[in-house]
Amino acid sequence: MTKETQFSPSRRGFLSLAAGAGVLAAAGAGQQVRAQVATKAHIVILGAGAAGAALSNRLVERLDGAKITIVDGRKEHWYQPGFSLIAAGLKKANYSVSNTTDWLPRGVDLKTEMATNIDPEAKTVALGNGEVLTYDYLVIATGLTLDYDSIEGFEMDMIGKDGVGSLYAGPQYAAKTWEAAGKFAEEGGVGLFTRPNTEMKCAGAPIKHTFLIDDIARRNGSRGKADITYFANNNSLFGVPIVSEKIRMVFGDRGINHEYGHVVKSIDAGAKKVTFATPDGDYDRDYDYVHIIPPQRAPEVIRNSGLSWANKWTDQGWVEVDKHSLRHNRYANIFAVGDVAGVPKGKTAASVKWQVPVVEEHLVADISGTTSDASYDGYTSCPLITRIGRAMLIEFDYKNNLTPSFPGVIAPLEELWISWLMKEVALKATYNAMLRGKA
Amino acid sequence: MKELTFGTLIAVFEEIFGRGLFWIMVAAAVIVTLAYFYVLIRDRSVSWRKFLWAQLSMPFGAVAAVLFVQFMTHSAFSDIGGPIDVIVLLGVAVAGAIGAAILVYTAESLLRPQKNHDA
Repeated sequence: MTKETQFSPSRRGFLSLAAGAGVLAAAGAGQQVRAQVATKAHIVILGAGAAGAALSNRLVERLDGAKITIVDGRKEHWYQPGFSLIAAGLKKANYSVSNTTDWLPRGVDLKTEMATNIDPEAKTVALGNGEVLTYDYLVIATGLTLDYDSIEGFEMDMIGKDGVGSLYAGPQYAAKTWEAAGKFAEEGGVGLFTRPNTEMKCAGAPIKHTFLIDDIARRNGSRGKADITYFANNNSLFGVPIVSEKIRMVFGDRGINHEYGHVVKSIDAGAKKVTFATPDGDYDRDYDYVHIIPPQRAPEVIRNSGLSWANKWTDQGWVEVDKHSLRHNRYANIFAVGDVAGVPKGKTAASVKWQVPVVEEHLVADISGTTSDASYDGYTSCPLITRIGRAMLIEFDYKNNLTPSFPGVIAPLEELWISWLMKEVALKATYNAMLRGKA
Repeated sequence: MKELTFGTLIAVFEEIFGRGLFWIMVAAAVIVTLAYFYVLIRDRSVSWRKFLWAQLSMPFGAVAAVLFVQFMTHSAFSDIGGPIDVIVLLGVAVAGAIGAAILVYTAESLLRPQKNHDA
């Protein structure tokens, strides 16, 4: 080596470099600042889940002086996309649990009660404690209810025992589901994986559970002893035809059987037997493990309010909104967002992420006396796990078109590690950022 | 992804690691980088002897980074399913290698300051 002159940075050079980096960081981090709209409007949001929390955080930023009341009697906030991971033993129950109050902005009034009555003519909401709220704008974000009672013979305390699983019921039940599913994955036997015949949140979840338990049985070396069947409620495995076909192929690859047109009607846990309603009549199957997902409906308070569709989903009661603006078809000052909205797709957190800004724009436009052309196109995303370590990042819209976020980079119908990484690492973070109104 | 801005990215990383840990990690990365520049300026040259050691640490950094990511995400090499997965894997390895090199070089320079005729 010759003299030490080949690379000789100066102090000045270093300082200007550091200063430049600082300016870049400051410029990038600066949020786009929009003028707030001054208003005295009273906005009532029913539900402080994903949609309610995200919307309240965004409205607080957009409106100056608005009175925002958020109604939710549940103390815990559940990160529901985590339930599939909990029910496969990959996460503990507390992975999905936080407090409702963790996510709400300052300046909103939280009523820790459930709504008991909505009167859209009088513009009032009655709460469980007798209090009556009068609103200018109402946003219905209550989520949905799981109708376990409509499955004959099913009791919640069966979950986790004698080969019965149901990961939808909550974080603790997802963990109990793993107790039953994990035993099946070790010992083998007959595994039945089902879904309800109603609209449901995340139609990919029953399929993910099937794939994960298949994979875990494989890792345990007991897959040869396990007979796994997935039961679709109608004649497709997934609402989007191209995805349904792909799932059929992956099922074939994994040796997972599938049946169409099977809906769980009743269960006899003592005899370890389920009865399916099928187009050809009732059909009994014995099981060593059965995964039950109950029918899903709008909460009773919504179904009793006269706000539901009268000619669609009449047994389920989803709120009658325009599928693009999410505004109620008969009451212009009412919106619905999230699982309870009566739109053809979109009962996922990813849909909420796309729906909330649309409702926000329409609300703010109404308040400032203008209009908005913000429109929800049905976007839904489902990182469809096909085994531990791989998933297909499936995104689609109302038209059943695939709408990949990273076209040419992350192929939607390929089983990829990066899609799994997104689910495992980035999804909860993105979800939390969404709750805070930042994503 | 909708509105994937720098602000969104920061918010997501804050949620992945927790706000405290994320900014501590950012601070640590900034401090190591600043210390690296500091020793470069102080010594007014790259010490190729130290750089050799730094280079030798790179494969270890690469392997450690990949294993760390796999451990944290219940993954294995057999999960590689397509070209983008290979790119991600290489990206993690390169990041680990460069990080290790900078760290080792800086640590060496700070602990064993350059003597006049080190090079």
